Amino acid sequence: MGFYQLLPELFVLTMACVILLVDLYYPQKKLLLTYSLTQMTLVISAFISFWLLNTPVFIGFTGNFVRDNLSSFLEILIALVTFITFVFSRDYILSRGNMARGEYYILGLFSVLGMMVLVSAHSLLTIYLGLELMSLPLYAMVAMKREDRNASEAAIKYFVMGALASGMLLYGVSLIYGVTGALDLHVIAQSILISANQSYTVLVLGLIFIVIGSLFKLGGAPFHMWVPDVYQGAPTSVTIFVSAAPKLAAFAMTLRLLAEMLPALYTQWQPLLIVVAILSMGIGNLLAIAQSSIKRMLAYSGISHIGYMTLGILTGTLAGYSAALFYIVAYVFMTLAGFSMLVLLSRQGFECENLEDLRGLNNRSPWLAFMMLLVMFSMAGLPPLVGFFAKLAVFEAVIAVHLVWLAVLAIVFAIIGLYYYLRVVKIMYFDAPTSHELISWQLDMRLVISFNSLALLLFGIFPSALLTLCHNVFL
Amino acid sequence: MIALSNYLILSAVLFAISIAGLVLNRKNLISILMCIELLLLAVNTNFIAFADYLNNNLGEVFVFFVLTVAAAEAAIGLAIVITIYRNSHTITTEDLDNLKG
Repeated sequence: MGFYQLLPELFVLTMACVILLVDLYYPQKKLLLTYSLTQMTLVISAFISFWLLNTPVFIGFTGNFVRDNLSSFLEILIALVTFITFVFSRDYILSRGNMARGEYYILGLFSVLGMMVLVSAHSLLTIYLGLELMSLPLYAMVAMKREDRNASEAAIKYFVMGALASGMLLYGVSLIYGVTGALDLHVIAQSILISANQSYTVLVLGLIFIVIGSLFKLGGAPFHMWVPDVYQGAPTSVTIFVSAAPKLAAFAMTLRLLAEMLPALYTQWQPLLIVVAILSMGIGNLLAIAQSSIKRMLAYSGISHIGYMTLGILTGTLAGYSAALFYIVAYVFMTLAGFSMLVLLSRQGFECENLEDLRGLNNRSPWLAFMMLLVMFSMAGLPPLVGFFAKLAVFEAVIAVHLVWLAVLAIVFAIIGLYYYLRVVKIMYFDAPTSHELISWQLDMRLVISFNSLALLLFGIFPSALLTLCHNVFL
Repeated sequence: MIALSNYLILSAVLFAISIAGLVLNRKNLISILMCIELLLLAVNTNFIAFADYLNNNLGEVFVFFVLTVAAAEAAIGLAIVITIYRNSHTITTEDLDNLKG
């Protein structure tokens, strides 16, 4: 039966239930046990997924589940990203008394389980269930700071938009099911190929709804309204989580829905994605300039990055898909480093949320300012950082399918984006600091953030390793 | 015997009503939650109609999952509404304007 192919998911599920019970019955100081068990679970599940990497493609459980390199690779990354997120969450929730509950980690684990199900889904049913299991704990985590008005407002906005997105996606799914009578992705792809022009309109209608639903989840324009509000309103440690790992899962979902299920409708979804890419890059980069809150600025920059990533998917080629994967991986580590810097600079009673709060960071801590500089340069796409090669790979793929004008437009938007990334650097290095308070010394956070930012530099200097990896995933 | 198209039109109308409700609603958070439920029910109508038409029970199975998830979703939605009520003593949509977006 191949139950061992499900091992990472089963392990996370079992451990999430065990940790729930441990947290309930075992009184503990500072949630140390819950925290370490959660982190251990993530590490072990990453190792299991690593062990399953490069095994032959397995499609099982009546076609509901697939284990290929894409799912194993993304599972490893999701576990790793969540691990880093929780390192930054620990002190954050401890120093804000009302958030320090074990549920934080347990909800996180269940969300991770949802992401894992989503990346290894092979039928519309599993995709839907994975998506909901991923999103529902996230809504609750955003509202975790119960006394904070902004957090609950962000949560209801996220919830309504997320529910609307799943509704749209489901409506599209029901139309596709109506035409093909199947839920298995490959069966659907086959039956669309065979009965080419039959019920063509309904298929395209379903496709449009599916694209809208996936873009809502990815946070691309014109379905981006929730992104800035949620990123700003949520507690920063939750913002890291919302902005990083779910994007990987949503990327896998989009890829499976468009490239695996509806390759026959390529000529229909390509123009849709072109519009989305242009709007995301434009709105993201232009509106980011106007922001004074750094969380909102990073949110808009995230929207523009989703636009660049979409460029890779819309090519419809394997090179494009692997470029998009490379881009989303680079983006996730950039946003992770960016938001975790905000967590590190915040303390009880003071949230580092505005651009002003970074003023003169170089005087207060040259090393952290340098790390933030690396992140900003990488997001702007300056060589020799990984963000540059991610953009380069995507542009290459777009030019290879003769959409040169689109690549030129994307480069223009990237140059516009340079302005607000460099403004952050200017504020850190050339403005006089407003406060001289020492930045709290938390070794684990400082180590992780240094590793993360230096990895951006390292993979920028030696991009071939990650590029080959992202390429091999699709072979 | 009611034709498939009638069911599809019904579900499309329900879907449009719920989207309109979500977009135009300026009053109450609870009615937003009701619109979300209606959205999922419109989808369920579609699934059931197709499953009956195609003689294929996959659609009916899907409906059970959608119903279950909808229940969980409503629970979380109401919980968030309660936190909002505790913080601002109102659940009017217009008052949710702390975050400009």
